Amino acid sequence: MITIADQFLVLVLLINFVVLGTSRLIFSIRAVAVQGVILGILPALIHPFSWHLVGIISMILITKGVVIPLLLNRAVRSAEIKREVEPFLGYVPTLLLGAVFTALSFGFAGKLPMLAEHQNYMFVPASIATLMTGFLILTTRRKAISQVLGYLILENGIFIFGLLLAEAMPIMVEAGALLDLLVGTFVMGIVINHISREFSSLDTSRLTSLKEE
Amino acid sequence: MHSALQALPDPAILAITAALITGFSGIPGIFLRRPGAGQIIAAILTLLSALVGIPAALALLFAKSTATYILNWGLPFGSCELAIDPLSSFFLIPIFLVAAAGSLFALGYWPAAEHRSTECGLTFFYGILASSMAILVTARNGVFFLMVWEIMALSAYFLLVTEHESEGVRRAGIVYLIATHTGSAALYVLFSLLAAQSGSFLLPAAGSLSALPPAAMVIAVATFVGFGAKAGIMPFHIWLPSAHANAPSHVSAMMSGVMLKMGLYGIFRTLTFFHDPPLLWGAVLTVAGISSALLGIAFAVAQRDMKRLLACSSIENIGIITTGLGVAMMGVSSHNAPLAYLGMAGALLHILNHSFFKPLLFLGSGVIIHAAGTREMNLMGGLAKGMPRAALLFLVGSVAICGIPPLNGFVSEFLLYFGFFYQLQAPSLVYLVLLAPLLALVGGLAVVAFTKLYSSVFLGTPRSHGAAHPHEAGPAMLLPMGLFALLCLLVGLLPQQALRLVAPAITSFMPQMSTAVNAAEYGALLGRISLMALILIMLAAAVTLFWWWRLGSARVNSAPTWGCGYQRGTSRIQYGATSFSELAVSVFNGIIRQRITRPKLSGLFPGPADCDDRPTETVLENVIAPVFTFAGVSFAFLRRLQHGQMHVYMIYIFVTLFILMLWAH
Repeated sequence: MITIADQFLVLVLLINFVVLGTSRLIFSIRAVAVQGVILGILPALIHPFSWHLVGIISMILITKGVVIPLLLNRAVRSAEIKREVEPFLGYVPTLLLGAVFTALSFGFAGKLPMLAEHQNYMFVPASIATLMTGFLILTTRRKAISQVLGYLILENGIFIFGLLLAEAMPIMVEAGALLDLLVGTFVMGIVINHISREFSSLDTSRLTSLKEE
Repeated sequence: MHSALQALPDPAILAITAALITGFSGIPGIFLRRPGAGQIIAAILTLLSALVGIPAALALLFAKSTATYILNWGLPFGSCELAIDPLSSFFLIPIFLVAAAGSLFALGYWPAAEHRSTECGLTFFYGILASSMAILVTARNGVFFLMVWEIMALSAYFLLVTEHESEGVRRAGIVYLIATHTGSAALYVLFSLLAAQSGSFLLPAAGSLSALPPAAMVIAVATFVGFGAKAGIMPFHIWLPSAHANAPSHVSAMMSGVMLKMGLYGIFRTLTFFHDPPLLWGAVLTVAGISSALLGIAFAVAQRDMKRLLACSSIENIGIITTGLGVAMMGVSSHNAPLAYLGMAGALLHILNHSFFKPLLFLGSGVIIHAAGTREMNLMGGLAKGMPRAALLFLVGSVAICGIPPLNGFVSEFLLYFGFFYQLQAPSLVYLVLLAPLLALVGGLAVVAFTKLYSSVFLGTPRSHGAAHPHEAGPAMLLPMGLFALLCLLVGLLPQQALRLVAPAITSFMPQMSTAVNAAEYGALLGRISLMALILIMLAAAVTLFWWWRLGSARVNSAPTWGCGYQRGTSRIQYGATSFSELAVSVFNGIIRQRITRPKLSGLFPGPADCDDRPTETVLENVIAPVFTFAGVSFAFLRRLQHGQMHVYMIYIFVTLFILMLWAH
């Protein structure tokens, strides 16, 4: 089962690159949704069956696979933007940086003092690489929607790390994290609407005009 | 009888429930569409909780026992204990009283129909502020105390910036926020050190800590800074005048009448932890107290904004209370039981008294602002003709705050005077008697300040169009004022009963000393004051009756007040607020100044010109403001980090994370 889990994690890493390399927002949203769904299935592969697990998985699938993409799609449609134009850093450089960070995270994870049973899996490096990707997107993209996507990927990275502990984690914590994510996306959706109404664009770099002199 | 008592619910539970109800009182208003309904519900709930809470607090006060509850909160800072001992229940009384009076007053003063956008938030935070203070005095866990403290400080901030469209209000809010958080920083130090001393975040039991180790000195300094900043003891008073002046009047009443006392409560509470405090602590408190009192009232005399004057007088009253506390501490240190008793009784009674007359005056200032449309005393005048009832109630408050018999301010100051003069025959600390003339000077200046306030607002002829047609306030505004005035009179007439009210709190403060003092003796002394007050009132009534009788039998001419016999006197000839206090303020020229810009007059018939005055605090202008400017300039480079580029903010986080990862390697 663990080998299948590792294959899924490779898929997750590939999706990271997809999001890093594309400028079409709808496509990015779908990619992140797929990433969320994959992560939702993962606990089922590595942990024995329990109703607790079923609850968590179904909740993850619904939030990350259905609700959040729907919210984001609506935001994109109402703001009438399709592409991320002129990011702070081009697509090719970000892809290259993403590759470097992924490599680094594998190297870093290898040196971490981990339990023997976690030593050979990809969970930790994949988690750190996904975190880094999230950060890259957050820092290099201009549009507010891309920022939300970066945030979601960041959270996915944290989630992968949490998978190692999933059995020890009480359902309240899981539910709390999911709720946090949903509310975060919701709030950001509202923020997006306000930004687009106020500045007639979703360019977050224009927020500097809010700075207090 | 016994069974009837048992049928009653536990008063501590009642008090805590009342506090919670007050806190939730503003919530229905958020969900109600119709403006005003939420405000009325909030007023009813707050009144109900006061009706429950005040008797409960009184019952707890006289029960002389401590009710303790453990809150199951699941946070890793030890168990969260709530306890109501006599000191807590003593502070609960003004909290419930002022909260209820203020929320009733708000119905007339800040009607939802006229202030639709702000009323909801105002009502909500008002309840939260009152509730947080009531819970604060019961908190016995350092971390929980800090949480409630922050809730109190922040809800007061939101109340203060209710009229945030105005630049002055926003500035006052920022100054308040900085001051209160400077104090909070000191409190973090205080509670960490206390936890280090006692081994848990639970507040130590009374008299359980030794004052000898150096940490105790740091605790004392942190207490003085942290709680002093909230109480407004000099030199931490900077935020106080502007904050009180810019808040809505019933909020000012709450802040001045109760919130400042929370700082004092903190000082009281922390001092109970130590046995045998050094003489130095009491001395520092006494010096800080008497200088706050003197300078505070000097500032008050110089003000021309009515509410700033009241706020500065709060500094004075806090100073008097701190003096009493300091003297009491010196009494404890030197094992001089009567001095400790008198200082403590004076301080506690003055806390109670100040929470009666200061809200009365602040609510009165709200009524005046409604009538005249300004806070500027130079623009008012003659309001007593249009609003005689409010003027009478305001007069009661003014007389009470000046410490003139037969009202309550006299009683607490009398106890302090008595303590000072008692030192003449004491074996040590004889020089404390020198405080008596200083306190007398404070009292005299208070008379100047409040004569200025009352006469320039209510007497004379109107100085502007706004003040020309005042109207009497509605019952919702007069009723709370009347209640406070009645309480002022009651405490003034029955001081021995008021002393019984503070006695349990004193016992909890110094259990080992209470037996050494013959409290009944002082009670009898105050009984004589009560007799004197009665005679005074009867005398005043007789004179008034005689005056009315003469008025009825004689021909009455009416002329403008202070017309000075001129045929065509105008309102501009009369003394203004500034000119009234010019001489008194000039005595304090080095500390406070009325900077008057006079026009240049030339020729036989000079044209129209303006004269302007601005009260300026020398210490604030020449020491504190430059320090802040210097800090602002020298840390300007930090502002470059805050440039508004969201992405670069993310990079900050990213870089920090990266560095931490490398470090861990």
